[in-house]
Amino acid sequence: MADLARRGPHMVSGRMTGVLIAGLVVALALAAIAAISIGSVNLPVGSVWRVVGAHLTGSASGDPLREQVVWEIRTPRVLVAALVGAGLSAAGVALQALVRNPLADPYVLGISSGASLGAVLVVSSGVTLVGGLGVTGAAFATAVLSVLVVYLLAQRGGRLLDSRLVLAGVAVGYLCSAATSYIQLQVDPTELHGLMFWLMGSVAGVTWSDLGLPAAVIAVCTLFLLAQGRGLNALAAGDDAAAGLGASVRTLRIALLVVASLLTATSVSVVGGIGFVGLMVPHTARFLVGGDHRRVLPVATLGGAVFLVAVDIAARTVDRPNELPIGIFTTGLGVPFFLWLLRRRSGGEH
Amino acid sequence: MRLVIAGVTAEIEGTPIVSEVDLVAEPGMFVGLIGPNGSGKSTLLRTVYRSLRPAAGAVSLDGDDLWRMRARHAARRRAVVTQHGDLAGEFSVAEVVAMGRAPHKGLLDREDAADRAVVAESLERVGLAHASDRLFSTLSGGERQRALVARALAQEAPLLVLDEPTNHLDVRAQLGLLDLVRSLGLTLLTALHDLDHAAAYCDRVVVLEHGRVRASGPPLEVLTPEFVAEVFGVRAHIGAHPITGRPHIAIASLVD
Repeated sequence: MADLARRGPHMVSGRMTGVLIAGLVVALALAAIAAISIGSVNLPVGSVWRVVGAHLTGSASGDPLREQVVWEIRTPRVLVAALVGAGLSAAGVALQALVRNPLADPYVLGISSGASLGAVLVVSSGVTLVGGLGVTGAAFATAVLSVLVVYLLAQRGGRLLDSRLVLAGVAVGYLCSAATSYIQLQVDPTELHGLMFWLMGSVAGVTWSDLGLPAAVIAVCTLFLLAQGRGLNALAAGDDAAAGLGASVRTLRIALLVVASLLTATSVSVVGGIGFVGLMVPHTARFLVGGDHRRVLPVATLGGAVFLVAVDIAARTVDRPNELPIGIFTTGLGVPFFLWLLRRRSGGEH
Repeated sequence: MRLVIAGVTAEIEGTPIVSEVDLVAEPGMFVGLIGPNGSGKSTLLRTVYRSLRPAAGAVSLDGDDLWRMRARHAARRRAVVTQHGDLAGEFSVAEVVAMGRAPHKGLLDREDAADRAVVAESLERVGLAHASDRLFSTLSGGERQRALVARALAQEAPLLVLDEPTNHLDVRAQLGLLDLVRSLGLTLLTALHDLDHAAAYCDRVVVLEHGRVRASGPPLEVLTPEFVAEVFGVRAHIGAHPITGRPHIAIASLVD
């Protein structure tokens, strides 16, 4: 065991990676069960099992109140938290490899704010105005638009400039937030509370009926990214070297950008703007297993799911019986993490 | 593997950087690409990496157009060591070399025992077997270049393209690297800065000036004192190396 654990230069290498992944699967199961049990009404774990088990096997469970709380309210929100946490983490890994900058993530690059703007535009103006686009479609369109603007600002002669990218992302993010705030001022005060949701992020109120399509999109995009380990490794070696290693660099870059944007936009359209997950989780994964994306991707994806389910538990219990928006927690943890990363990075450069 | 670059013109943002370049590397030959800074060496190599598509002309491997192959198939026949070998992120040396297996693997294929054997053998051939579990970022400059050569070897491609592989290395590491790549038995196309290295190691040299081929042929036929003075702006003395007996070019500034 000691021999296995010590092989390789990373904190977790070799076969221990499998142990870590298995551990994360167990942690995810435990966190999900805890998240379904804990809430304004605490339920014993046994009854949670009975309700979930009854639904999975198709039999009746009996108690309608518990049935309601466990299956109609808590299970979908836990599922969404896990999916969004996994998706945003995978998107963060992809974006960081894409721009060769560890400070990149859907939030820092302005994608999340762009997606929020689109969602708020549709919600406040009524879906009819934007045609058949819907909230997710609008969030996706503005997310991609904001990415394009960020890339145009950050490149010179087709080459991305490291330092500019984060600055451009932050600037575009602020612009989108300002536009979102302006829209909020224009709407009926009774609608305001609903709109705040898009800024702060929340997994509350998710129902089975609005879960289906976004869940499928997030799952498919995440699976696509999970299969890109070798491609992301090649990009980490630089574009010329990646081409030498047999990567179709242009196609790969476009695919990664589109999938990461779609993933972010879909997440925002379901749960609002949840920041910094795509920054914190991938870095923690790299800290553990090193830079090889074939191992970073599964660890970060599972870790992201565990993380967001756990943060959702905190958001529901810290100020009981009030529930706090989950985005406040992720940002509260994420900003100090971001600053620490920034300091550590500039420390290494000088 | 026979590499033919035929009439290649390559542009960056509409400006031609290399024009109508012809170059042939016969199987097993060590071809050096030399020329002053800005003469277009790296740009020409990028058309062989498949990272810059030629505006005109063609690059072919044993008669097959490199740019019409699938990227992965091209990478099984031509490996690359670029000038900037930096990696974003912390990789172990073995993980870096394992990247070279990518062209042989499908999207969902896992690394198997055969891949690990190729990685181990590649590390062995460059003399880094002992360092496979070290972090790439902690290697010396010379060791890094060797690791990147091992990554290229793991591609099992018969043609190896290198861009100034001796840059920033100390003298011992420079000669060690050139000895290493010459001993691999591959067809080599290498951009080189040092005329003496070109004279001592290459079977043929191709001299670029302002993006065009100025001369090509065996080093001693091409690199005459008059030619070197004209293209490189230095005085040259060509003779046998006092230690090795190989061709040797001593250079001096024009003002001396």
